[in-house]
Amino acid sequence: MSEWLDDEAGPIVRSYALTRGRARPAGDEPFDMITLIATAGRPRAGTPGIGPEHLHILDMCAAPQPVAEVAARLELPLVVVRVLLGDLLGQRLITVTRPRQESPLSKESLLREVLHGLQAL
Amino acid sequence: MVSKPSDPVAVKILIAGGFGVGKTTLVGAVSEIRPLQTEELLTDRGVGVDDIEGVEQKTTTTVAMDFGRITVRDGLVLYLFGTPGQDRFWFMWDELSAGALGAVVLADTRRLQDCFPAVDYFESRGLPFIIGVNCFDDGYDYTVEEIREALDLDPATPVVLCDVRRRASGKEVLTTLVTHLLAVNEKEKAAAR
Repeated sequence: MSEWLDDEAGPIVRSYALTRGRARPAGDEPFDMITLIATAGRPRAGTPGIGPEHLHILDMCAAPQPVAEVAARLELPLVVVRVLLGDLLGQRLITVTRPRQESPLSKESLLREVLHGLQAL
Repeated sequence: MVSKPSDPVAVKILIAGGFGVGKTTLVGAVSEIRPLQTEELLTDRGVGVDDIEGVEQKTTTTVAMDFGRITVRDGLVLYLFGTPGQDRFWFMWDELSAGALGAVVLADTRRLQDCFPAVDYFESRGLPFIIGVNCFDDGYDYTVEEIREALDLDPATPVVLCDVRRRASGKEVLTTLVTHLLAVNEKEKAAAR
């Protein structure tokens, strides 16, 4: 935590600079921490509003990654990553798979699968 | 942008408990990756806990959450999230617990009271959980029954003794939780009939 609270507060400033001061993503996608992000396209060169961090996310999500992993690997706070993801979704450069709301029946088969997976650890 | 049945699925389980009880150790013991850390950036809106008396200023702080990953099968991944150690970040708990399958509350018998907030929280949210009693070498020897009584648990809530440094023990904690989740789901199915 100390690295965030130094005199310069550099990383915090960097976070706000990356989002150009925005604290919430454009659009209404909440980007749950385990929502999976998959790259759907590449931006044309010089697309406005697309920076190196956006491109980094697109590289990373060639294989789908959850929001939490994207944030951890970028070493950026979730709030910042959500803004960047909102930009990418707005440009249709990513697709999102939200966590499913399970019915009791589908939940049972899901839980059994998880149990088997854990037993095989 | 709509999910198809073949889409990969990610699910999560929360690992809660007081500061220093071994949440990250448990995550690390069973995760296939070294635990990753994600941070939420907080401004001072309504939190007001980092205030230093007499110092009126906006504060920005971070809440760190450690998490690990277990690939259950191709296309089904389980994430284990350690909840922030400080109780004051309740709004993070809301986000973490939304859509979670269930939770493990780790308890340390030397400071059993540290896990009360997590127990209360999951009970109030109706999120099924189990208690994992992390057995530190210098911990007091309580029986499972004594712990159950001290925490005033529902009789159906499992309590397991564990050593979260050991992978086999961490695995047992998680399988106990998922077995409990299946039982809870069975009850819900019956109630829905």
